Amino acid sequence: MSNILLQLDQLSKSFGNLKAVDQLSLTLEKGNVYGLLGPNGSGKSTTLGMILNVINPTSGSFSWYQGALTTHQALKKIGAIIERPNFYPYMTASQNLKLICKIKQCSHESIEEKLILVGLWERRHSKFKTFSLGMKQRLAIAAALVNNPDLLILDEPTNGLDPEGIHQIRKLITSIAELGTTILLASHLLDEVEKVCNHVIVLKEGVKFYEGPVDEISQSFGFFELKATDRKILTDFIKTLPEVKEMKLESNHLKVFLKAELSEEVLSKKLAEANIYCTHFVKKHPSLEDQFLTLTQS
Amino acid sequence: MRLLSIELYKLWHNRISKILIFSYFILIFSIAILSTIKVEIGPINFHLADQGIFNFPYIWHFNSFMIGLLKIFFAVIIVAMIGNEYSYKTLKQNLIDGLSKEEFLRSKVYAILAFVGISTLLVFLISLVLGGIYSDYNELQIVFSDLEYLLAYAIKLFGFFSLCLFLGLLIKRSAFALGFLALWQIIEGICFGLMKWKLSDLIPSHSAEQIFRFFPLNAMGNLIKEPFSRLSAIQNIADQIGEGFTKDYGVSTLNLCIVLAWSSLFLWWSLLLLKKRDL
Repeated sequence: MSNILLQLDQLSKSFGNLKAVDQLSLTLEKGNVYGLLGPNGSGKSTTLGMILNVINPTSGSFSWYQGALTTHQALKKIGAIIERPNFYPYMTASQNLKLICKIKQCSHESIEEKLILVGLWERRHSKFKTFSLGMKQRLAIAAALVNNPDLLILDEPTNGLDPEGIHQIRKLITSIAELGTTILLASHLLDEVEKVCNHVIVLKEGVKFYEGPVDEISQSFGFFELKATDRKILTDFIKTLPEVKEMKLESNHLKVFLKAELSEEVLSKKLAEANIYCTHFVKKHPSLEDQFLTLTQS
Repeated sequence: MRLLSIELYKLWHNRISKILIFSYFILIFSIAILSTIKVEIGPINFHLADQGIFNFPYIWHFNSFMIGLLKIFFAVIIVAMIGNEYSYKTLKQNLIDGLSKEEFLRSKVYAILAFVGISTLLVFLISLVLGGIYSDYNELQIVFSDLEYLLAYAIKLFGFFSLCLFLGLLIKRSAFALGFLALWQIIEGICFGLMKWKLSDLIPSHSAEQIFRFFPLNAMGNLIKEPFSRLSAIQNIADQIGEGFTKDYGVSTLNLCIVLAWSSLFLWWSLLLLKKRDL
């Protein structure tokens, strides 16, 4: 059995003149935790809408399980949460989950287990409309897990939650990821993605900007923050170094980005040889957030 | 069966639709109340049941027409069951959970068929019982003649509910969809009036009626014509004042076909609409 769960081929969606998703090609494999990153309006939700059968693609195609199953059959083996939890407000938590089991044609047995997992077992007989947003979101996670899905798709799962709710959902996602479930997590919150994902896809204005392992995106050569009494001499010297990619002056610090390995030891030695002594000397590795911002803003 | 059970599950757990469904079926029984209407004012002794409305085979016509008027109750349920899916966004969720758009529509249609079936069966049973009590003729041959009114009843309901389903999907909001249904009725009336008025120069007036019978709501109405003027009491009065009726009260096959064609069109359009729309 192949490991490929989902393939997107040149998938595009336009709303009028606006290209929401532009020729997006992707492959999702079993066992990974994918992060779909991008600022608001970059086409994340549209992409998910298309693979989830609720938005018709303008062009391009996608296939689940390498075309072995039709989309709606495949979705029975997938769990997905999009933006807000949508349930029948007049039904209780467990009635809603039973309906989902009927649709997904899976057994009712795991309802109890999943409700316990998300901490809603005590409230199983409460109507959905009485739930708080955090509880609704947790019920949505239980609903997405009720068929023990091959792939769990989460679109902005912590949107609109209070800090405690966010914490609960994150803990839940981490524990699900540890169980080995393949996850596709769409978010604009980078630390969220950094913490759980091992693979990231960055979208910007509907175009795929970057795709690769999460440690690769943050694996750059880092940058130095330098400060010296005479800034001009420092700047002129740094310019001559072959390892330097670019320099930026940022709040009195000179930020020096590298394109090759340059250790603190080597640089300080070189500076000393040139008779330059720094008042501030730090080497930093960028967070995913810095990387993301440089990626999407450039 | 799975699709039907999904739809019934949704309806069953909704208190309002449960109440409406029950009241609809209870209202059907209320036709029996008509039989108890008795007016006694001095010498005038009027008992509705004795006026022949419950005579076989006339009762098939009378009951299917009268009970057919209750269909508007059910229209509310159908429009609401579509409108809710949109306002709760559960249509989107159903699709994500792995129901295809076609299956979604089929689950609704199956529910409609089930209710039309139950409703028709009830009309049959109630008429049989009422007729059994009050009818002057009880020969089997007469009892089971004119049963085509039941077929017309079922198709009339199905056609009407298909229209409701389509309007619900088109407009997405239950209240507006019902308003639009009323508007549709008015527009059909205006169209007919305009045709009679404007086209009368071009074509003879009866052809306006010929065209009008193809309009969906009118076609549904034509399936079972009003039964009152067929009552012998009223016929007698008409004869006395020299206005004899020569009206065809039968169920015409053409009308059945028109309504069935409209039903399939409405369902087909519903499917297209669902498929085309992004959610």
